[in-house]
Amino acid sequence: MSEYKGILVIAEQNDNVIHKVSYELLNKARELADKLTVPLNCLLLAADGIAAEELNFRGAETVYYIKSDIFLKPEEYLFKQNIVEFINEHKPEIILIGATSFGRSLAPRIAASLKTGLTADCTDLKIDDEGQLIQIRPAFSDNIFAYIKTVTYPQLATIRYKEFNESKRNINRKISIVEMKPYCNYYARSEVIKIFKEKDIDITEAQIVVAAGRGIKKKDDLKMIEDLAHKLGGVMGVSRALVDAGMVSSACQVGYSGNRVKPKIYIACGISGAPQHLAGMKESGLIIAINSDPSAPIFSIADYGYVGDIYEIIPNLIRDLE
Amino acid sequence: MNILVLIKEVPDMTKVKFDSEKGVVDRSSADSEINPFDMNALQAAVNIKNKYGANVTVLTMGPPKSEKSLRDAYARGADKGVLMTDRKFGGSDTCATAITLSAGIKHLGKYDLIICGEKSVDGDTAQVGAEVAEFLDIPHSYYVEKINNLNDKEIEVVIENVCGSKQVRKMKLPALIGVTKNINSPKLPTVNRKLESLEIEVEKISLDDLCEYINEDNTGFKGSPTKVSKIIIPSPLERVSHIFRDDYVSFKEAVKQEIKLKA
Repeated sequence: MSEYKGILVIAEQNDNVIHKVSYELLNKARELADKLTVPLNCLLLAADGIAAEELNFRGAETVYYIKSDIFLKPEEYLFKQNIVEFINEHKPEIILIGATSFGRSLAPRIAASLKTGLTADCTDLKIDDEGQLIQIRPAFSDNIFAYIKTVTYPQLATIRYKEFNESKRNINRKISIVEMKPYCNYYARSEVIKIFKEKDIDITEAQIVVAAGRGIKKKDDLKMIEDLAHKLGGVMGVSRALVDAGMVSSACQVGYSGNRVKPKIYIACGISGAPQHLAGMKESGLIIAINSDPSAPIFSIADYGYVGDIYEIIPNLIRDLE
Repeated sequence: MNILVLIKEVPDMTKVKFDSEKGVVDRSSADSEINPFDMNALQAAVNIKNKYGANVTVLTMGPPKSEKSLRDAYARGADKGVLMTDRKFGGSDTCATAITLSAGIKHLGKYDLIICGEKSVDGDTAQVGAEVAEFLDIPHSYYVEKINNLNDKEIEVVIENVCGSKQVRKMKLPALIGVTKNINSPKLPTVNRKLESLEIEVEKISLDDLCEYINEDNTGFKGSPTKVSKIIIPSPLERVSHIFRDDYVSFKEAVKQEIKLKA
C-alpha cells in the first residue's frame, strides 16, 4: 500500500480571482475521490482577499491557502517550489492541474522535480479496478486517444479547460481553509517585470464565434464578419491564413496552433476546414458553415451549411439574424 | 554565446495514416521532418546569431535516421548537429526524454540559452522543455513571442499569454525559452548550405557517454513513469449536415431557429 493518499486539485487564479477551470477539476475530482473513498483537497496559491471558501462550496474538503503577494505575478519556478514542498508534506496520490497556458508550463516543472509521471491535456479520467488513475488524452493532433497510467506517485495530470462541467456551488458545505505562509518567496534568476493589464478579447471564453478564412479578400472586408459577430453578441475569429497575411493578431486565431474554442455557436465564413483548423473548433455546439466550394471539408462537420459567396450571404445574415 | 535548440523529428501530419481498427499510427505512411513548431525555435536561434553573434547547436534524441533533420537544421543556419541515439533511449516518455536530454546537455558542456518550440505535432504534450529546465535547475519561459533584449548575463522576453495576460520577464542565463509561431517566420535553406549540410559531421551521443549523469534505469521505457495502456483511434467526427444552396430563405430560417435554441 502506497503512503500517498487523497486527491489534490491545484486551483488556478488569474489576477487573484479563481479561474473556472478549478471548479471543473473539482467536479471530476469529486467523482474520482468518491470511487476511491479518499479525501479531496485543494491547494490555492494567491494573495490576500481571494474568495478561497468558494473552493469549499464547489466540493473541496480542505482548502490549503498559501497566502502571499508573490503569487500576483505568475512565474513557474516560485509556484513550483511552493507546490512541491506542499506535496512532499501532504503526499496526495493524484494531483490535477488545469491545462491552461500557466498550468501546462508549471506542471512539467512540478513533475520533474518530484521525478514522477505527468500526462498532458487530458480529456477524461477514470479509476481502474486496482485504484489506479487512467488518464485519457488526445495526441497526433487529436487523431488518436491514448489511455495512460502512471507507475510512480503522485499521479499527476493536466486537464483540458472546458472539458468537464463546473461542480455545483453549494454554500451549505463546510468552510475549511488552512492559511499558510509561502515555503519559498524569492527566486533570483527570474523576474516578472511587467504584466499588461489591457487584455485582448479572450476568444476561448466566447459563447458565439463568427470566424473568417481565406474567403476574405482584404482586411477591410473583416468588418462584415465583426458586424455579424456583434449582431449575435459574439466575437470574431480567424483561421491561420488571415493571421499569416497580417490582417489580424493571433489572439483571434482558431486552430491547433492558435486557440481551441468550444462556443455554443460557431459560424465559419469562407473557411475550407483544414485539419489544423478543425482541431480548434470541432467541439463547438452548433456549427454553421458558408463556403463557395461544396467539397470544402468544413461542411462534413457542420450542422448547417450554405454553398455560396460569403460576400453575398453575410450582409443578408447581418440583416436577418438577431 | 552558446545556444542549444532542442528539436524533434515527427511524421508529416498531413500524410500520416491512422488505422482505427488496429489502433496504431502507421509511421511508415509518411516521411519524417523537423517538428513544424521547432522551425520557429531554430529560426529564433539563427536570428540571435545574426544579431548578437552566437554558436547554434541543434540537439535531438531519436533513431539514427533522425540525422537527416539535423542536416536540415544545419542547412537552415545551425552550426552543429548532435544526435542522441541509443536503443536504450527507446520508449521514453516526456520525463525520461527530459532526463536524457538534460544529461546530453550536461555532457556537451557550456550553454547560455536553450530554445525549443511550443509543442510537437505528434505527442502534443509541450512538457519536455519545462522538464529539461527543471532537471538542469534553470529558469524557463514558455509562449515567448519576442526577445526584447539579450546579453551575456540575462534575457528579457515577452510572453504571449500566461494567466490571461501578456507578460514581460527577465531571466538570468542560462535559461530555457519555448517560443510560439508568432516569434518569426522560418526561412528556407539556401542551396549552398544545403549542399554543405550533406558533408557535415553529426556528433553522436549514446547512453555510455552519459554514465556520469544517468544509467539505463533512468531512460527509455524503463525510465518512463507513464505507460500507454491502450490507443483508441476514433472514427472521424461527422455531423448530420443540412447543406443548402440557392435557397437562402430556407437556410436563414433553419439557422435562425437553431441559433434561438442554442443562444
